[in-house]
Amino acid sequence: MSFLEIKNLHVSVDGHEILKGIDLTINPGEVHSIMGPNGSGKSTLAQVLARRDAYHVTEGSVTLMGKDLLEMKPEEAACEGIFLAFQYPVEIPGISNAYFLRSALNAQRKFRGEEEMDAMDFLPFFREKLKLLEMDEKLMNRSLNEGFSGGEKKRNEVLQMSILQPRMAVLDETDSGLDIDALRIVANGVNGLRSPERSFLVVTHYQRLLNYIKPDFVHVLVDGRILRSGGPELALELEDKGYGWIEQEAAAV
Amino acid sequence: MVTTSTQDLGTHLQNFTDFQRRAAGRNLPWLRKLREDAFERFANVGFPTRHDEDWRFTNVAPIARTEFRLPAKALVQLPPAELTSWNIQGSAARLVFVNGRYAPELSRADALPKGVTVTSLREQIEGHSDQLSTQLGHYASTERDAFVALNTAFLEDGAYVHVKRGVVVEAPIHLLFVSAFEHSPWMTHPRNLLLFEDQSQATIVEEYTSLGGGVMLSNSVTELVAGNDAHVSHYMIEREHQEAFNVSTLRIQQGRTANVSSHSFLLGGGLVRNNVHPVLAGEGGECLINGLFVGSGKQHLDNYMHVEHASPHCSSRQFYNGILDDNAHGVFHGRIVVHKDAQKTDAKQTNRNLLLSDDAQIDTKPQLEIYADDVKCTHGATIGQLDENALFYLRSRGMTEVEARQLLLLAFASECVERMRPGAAQIYVEELIHAHLLPLRENSRRAGVGTGGRNVEEVG
Repeated sequence: MSFLEIKNLHVSVDGHEILKGIDLTINPGEVHSIMGPNGSGKSTLAQVLARRDAYHVTEGSVTLMGKDLLEMKPEEAACEGIFLAFQYPVEIPGISNAYFLRSALNAQRKFRGEEEMDAMDFLPFFREKLKLLEMDEKLMNRSLNEGFSGGEKKRNEVLQMSILQPRMAVLDETDSGLDIDALRIVANGVNGLRSPERSFLVVTHYQRLLNYIKPDFVHVLVDGRILRSGGPELALELEDKGYGWIEQEAAAV
Repeated sequence: MVTTSTQDLGTHLQNFTDFQRRAAGRNLPWLRKLREDAFERFANVGFPTRHDEDWRFTNVAPIARTEFRLPAKALVQLPPAELTSWNIQGSAARLVFVNGRYAPELSRADALPKGVTVTSLREQIEGHSDQLSTQLGHYASTERDAFVALNTAFLEDGAYVHVKRGVVVEAPIHLLFVSAFEHSPWMTHPRNLLLFEDQSQATIVEEYTSLGGGVMLSNSVTELVAGNDAHVSHYMIEREHQEAFNVSTLRIQQGRTANVSSHSFLLGGGLVRNNVHPVLAGEGGECLINGLFVGSGKQHLDNYMHVEHASPHCSSRQFYNGILDDNAHGVFHGRIVVHKDAQKTDAKQTNRNLLLSDDAQIDTKPQLEIYADDVKCTHGATIGQLDENALFYLRSRGMTEVEARQLLLLAFASECVERMRPGAAQIYVEELIHAHLLPLRENSRRAGVGTGGRNVEEVG
């Protein structure tokens, strides 16, 4: 069974159609990348998968491990295994990073009928992941993302991913705004999570991230449609020729 | 200025006449005069109306037109078991007042260090205490405030706390005012006198709560005098039932380098007005006013601050957070007065409000009166709803909508909790706040911001 199956997905926002018939199949263990120019609908796709209701599905279907994803609320999709690493993670004063993480983990464990983790058990588990992402434990007592630099916020997203252990991780332009060191750390974190039971959808504008997180498949999204799909070498071609080339090719067909 | 005719005074005049015949200390000339002058003042001033600038957003007509009576003479007997939930772990003392009257059998003052007096005001009156005549009524002004005047006319019982020079009381002193059903409607006028000598330290928790319902008015006045370099934390918790009217006045007098924190929590009551009036009378004083009000149903919660910088080099901070749901109405009126010679004043005021429903309402009004020329004075207010992005973020991690709302409400209230000193009082209050916020997380009505997309989703 495929992990994620998107069929003829049409999505509108405020009456404008952004996604105009997306077809995409992601199997277990695969890493797919979606690349495209600004405004192509990349973030929209990511947000729809996380069930943001401002994005209106007008046609098509999405199944997650056989279940109807579009029928799910955000928390249900999360508990069923979807994780969205946000492009712009929100700051929430008054909730500490550590408290938030444990609450989220326990919410998902409760959903799966597992025992909740208390603070004592959570700590060593948590510390191990912090080390992997080279994050200071002191940051964890601060409010969620408050005062974090762009790089720290993105690393915090990957930290959450490593604690929540999702089946289908969607990364929304995780590389934007990162310097080379932060990029390396984030990529390490993601690569460390790669497994036959986990799939990734990496949404990115620049090819650079894909040097670190090597995709199995690359899809090019232009103006709400996937115009071309291929292997990792497609990303290099795009880097070389830009997005205009694909648009021209598609127009010629 | 609207005056109250003798006819309108009706019940109150009768009440006062009866009261004078039997009140404790009725034969003490100074006390008699204090009460009589106060009643005369009340008769002249009358209850405020909305034309009175300080009461612009709060209509006290329901109080003005109710014929309140003083509680029956006999003390209401309460089984101690009723009060176990209102207990601060490890408190130094707990004085319990039932319908404004001290209940010694329910109280204890056994863990106090030497140099600390915690008794009832009545006991002090009957004991002809010296402190009383020189301090009582010297701070809270009956001039403009009808409620203070009314309280002063009827003052008889409440708490008397006196901490001697240099004495530190680590654990909180709990003053618990319980209203238990009387022949409705009834009024009480708790009067507290809290005296802290130079360099002393203490924490006082003043709590108003109820057993059962009934129409009643609790009109309290607390005079808190902090000597030079004293450190005092005062907590005011209002959590009476929905039919209760509660007016409270905390008048603070601070000496040189005295540090006073006033934390107030308006959680219960139907029509509530909390006045906090610190006067920074000595150089280098510091004052923190930290408040949280949580309103639902038809509650009306009015917070009136009047901070007076009467001396140079003093600093004051007002931080008020309000959460309003259903048809609740909150008011924040933050007045800062900087006297002519109060140079190098540093004053700051912030009011943040969260509206959870379309009909919730907040009136927030800063009022800065600055007569000195070298001061720093800032103020700000925000009014918002629960952040949709934050809600989505939490839900995208697996939390249900209800859990996410609760977390955001707790986060908002935590700003207030974090300003309290860690300790037994903070723990007590934090638990109380959590309990009061629990029902608010269930509400599924949104504050209106044309979210057409959301409506379609729900229908579709």
